Amino acid sequence: MKRIVGGLGLLAAGMGVVRWLSSRPSEITRDRTPRNRWIMVTINCAPQRLASRADLPEPITRLGDAVDIKICPAPGDRGTELGARLRDFPRTRISGITTRNMDDDPRRMVEEALRHAKSLIETGEVLRPDWPPSTHPTPAGKLLELAGRRGGRL
Amino acid sequence: MKALCWEGVNKLAVERVPDPQILNDQDAILKVTLTTTCGSDLHLIGGYIPTMKSGDVIGHEFMGEIVEVGSGVRRRKVGDRVVVCSFIGCGRCWYCTHDLWSLCDNTNTNWELAQEIFGFETGGVYGYSHAMGGFKGSHSEYIRIPFADYGTFPIPDGVSDKDALYASDAAPTGWMGAHLGGVKSGDIVAVWGAGGVGQMAARSAQILGAERVIVIDWLPERLAMVERYIDAETIDFSKIDVDAELRERTGGRGPDVCIEAVGMEAVSVPDGQYAYDKVKQQLRLQQERPIAVREAIYSCRKGGSVFILGVFGGLADKFPLGPMMNKGLSVAGAQQHGHRYIPMLLKRIANGEMSARHLATHEMSLDEGPKGYDIFKNKKDGCVRVVFRPHG
Ligand SMILES: NC(=O)c1ccc[n+]([C@@H]2O[C@H](COP(=O)([O-])OP(=O)(O)OC[C@H]3O[C@@H](n4cnc5c(N)ncnc54)[C@H](O)[C@@H]3O)[C@@H](O)[C@H]2O)c1
Ligand SMILES: [Zn+2]
Ligand SMILES: [Zn+2]
Repeated sequence: MKRIVGGLGLLAAGMGVVRWLSSRPSEITRDRTPRNRWIMVTINCAPQRLASRADLPEPITRLGDAVDIKICPAPGDRGTELGARLRDFPRTRISGITTRNMDDDPRRMVEEALRHAKSLIETGEVLRPDWPPSTHPTPAGKLLELAGRRGGRL
Repeated sequence: MKALCWEGVNKLAVERVPDPQILNDQDAILKVTLTTTCGSDLHLIGGYIPTMKSGDVIGHEFMGEIVEVGSGVRRRKVGDRVVVCSFIGCGRCWYCTHDLWSLCDNTNTNWELAQEIFGFETGGVYGYSHAMGGFKGSHSEYIRIPFADYGTFPIPDGVSDKDALYASDAAPTGWMGAHLGGVKSGDIVAVWGAGGVGQMAARSAQILGAERVIVIDWLPERLAMVERYIDAETIDFSKIDVDAELRERTGGRGPDVCIEAVGMEAVSVPDGQYAYDKVKQQLRLQQERPIAVREAIYSCRKGGSVFILGVFGGLADKFPLGPMMNKGLSVAGAQQHGHRYIPMLLKRIANGEMSARHLATHEMSLDEGPKGYDIFKNKKDGCVRVVFRPHG
C-alpha cells in the first residue's frame, strides 16, 4: 500500500515539474539596464589603515561628494575592500571599449581613482606608463592592436 | 639609444629610440650587458600576440649594471651587477606577497586593455605587448626598471654574466613548471619542448627528486643537448608515437607530471588535426595551436598533473576537457613568478647544481638583431638562444 502511495506521490511531483517547465519563459533574458554598481578594489592592508575617510589617499578624496565610499575587511588574509559609487549615476549606456570615449566615462574615472589609491597605499607610488614612447603608427600595428582587443573573448 | 624594435609581423629593425628615464621614485635605469631571445618573442614576431605596436622595443630576458636609481630605491645602488626578472612585481600587493608575482596588481599600466582580453590583468612584463603593460624591452642599450628593489637580483661574485643571464626568465619558468606541477621524489616527468624553458624544467624536475625525466621534441641538436647537458631521456616526436612510447616507458601508467614548454606555435607530424589548427590560426579564427597541451592531457597518468608553461593568448579549439575531467587531472599554468625563485636559482647556479650557459648557442651585437631572430625562429645552425651585447 505504502508503495502505491509513494508512486502516486512521485507522479504528482512529476506533473508539478511539467507544469512548472511549461510556465517558464522560453529563453533566459537578462536585465540589460545599466546599474549603478559599487566599483571595488581590495587593498593589501589591515582595515585599521582605512579607519576613517581622512585616511583615504588623494585620488579618492579628490572625488569629493561625487561618490559614496564603502570600506570593509576582506575575508581571510585578503586585506580591506574599498568601494566607491557615483551619487549621480549617468543614465547613458556604458558600451564596449572600442566605442567608449574612456576619458569622459565617470565610472572609469572612479575605477582609476580606486586603483591609484590602492597602489599608493600598497607601494607608495602609482606606476607611470613607460615614456617617452618608441612607437609610431602604421596600418599593420593598428590592425593587430584592434584584433587583440577581442583576443580572449567569445 | 639603439634598440631592436617590432615593426609588424615577421619584421624587426634596429632603430634609435628615446633614452629611458626615471619616471617613479622606485625606478632604476639599467645598462644592459646581455639580453637574449626567448620563445615568447617568436609569438610576438609571428603576430600571434595581440596589442603590439610598430616601434615597440622587444626583449625581456636580461642582466646588466645599474647606472641610476630613483630616490625611493633602498636596496640597490649604482654599479650593482644584477639579473632582472622578466615580469615586473611591486612586492607589496596580495599577489606579490603570496609569491604569485606575475599576477601583480600594480604593475600593468594598461590594465583596461588587459582586462578586456583576460578578464583580469596580469602584472607588467618588459617588451611584451601593450596588454602586458607596454613597457619597453631589454634589446636596447638601457632600460627603465620599475620597483627596482624587488625586480633586480644581485649576481653573486664568481657567477659570470652569461651564467646569471637565464636566471631572468628561462630558469625560473622551468623551475616553476616542476615546482607548481608538484614534482616529487619518485615521479616520472615528461616535458614537451626542448628549448631553453623545457630544458630548465627538466633539470628542475631532477633537482626536485624526479626518478626519470623524458623530454619530447623533434630537433636533433636540441635532443642531443638534453642528453648531454641535462642527462635526461628524449623522444623525437617526428619519428616516434609519443603516447605509445610514454606508456611503454612508464609501466603503462603514463607520466605523473607533464610539463608543456612549447606554446601556441607547436608543430606536429602532418596529420589532419595539424592542418586544421594551422589554417584556423592563420585565418585568425583561433589564436593557438595547442598540440602539445592536448598530447600532455591525453598521455598524463590518471590523477596526474599537467602544467602549462608555453604561452597562449586567447581561445583554444579542441581542448580535451573530457579526458582532463574524467581522468581527474590537475591542470594549471602560469606566467613565471620569477621573484620567488631567482635568489635560490642564483645560489644553485653558483654551486654548479644548475647550469644554463649552454643555451647561449649564438652571440651577436644588437645591430645583428634581425639576423639573430631569423636564426632563432627558424632553428638554423643549432640555435637555442641568441645572446645580444648592446654595448659590444
Ligand atoms: N610561462 C612563462 O612565464 C614563460 C616564460 C618563458 C617562455 N615561455 C613560453 O615557453 C615556451 C617555450 O619557450 P622556449 O624559449 O623554450 O621556446 P623555443 O621556441 O626555443 O622552444 C620550443 C620548442 O618546442 C618544440 N616543439 C614544437 N612543437 C612541439 C610538439 N608538438 N611537441 C614537443 N615539442 C615541440 C620546438 O621544436 C622547440 O624546440 C614558449 O611558448 C614561450 O612563450 C613561457
Ligand atoms: Zn621569456
Ligand atoms: Zn604586486
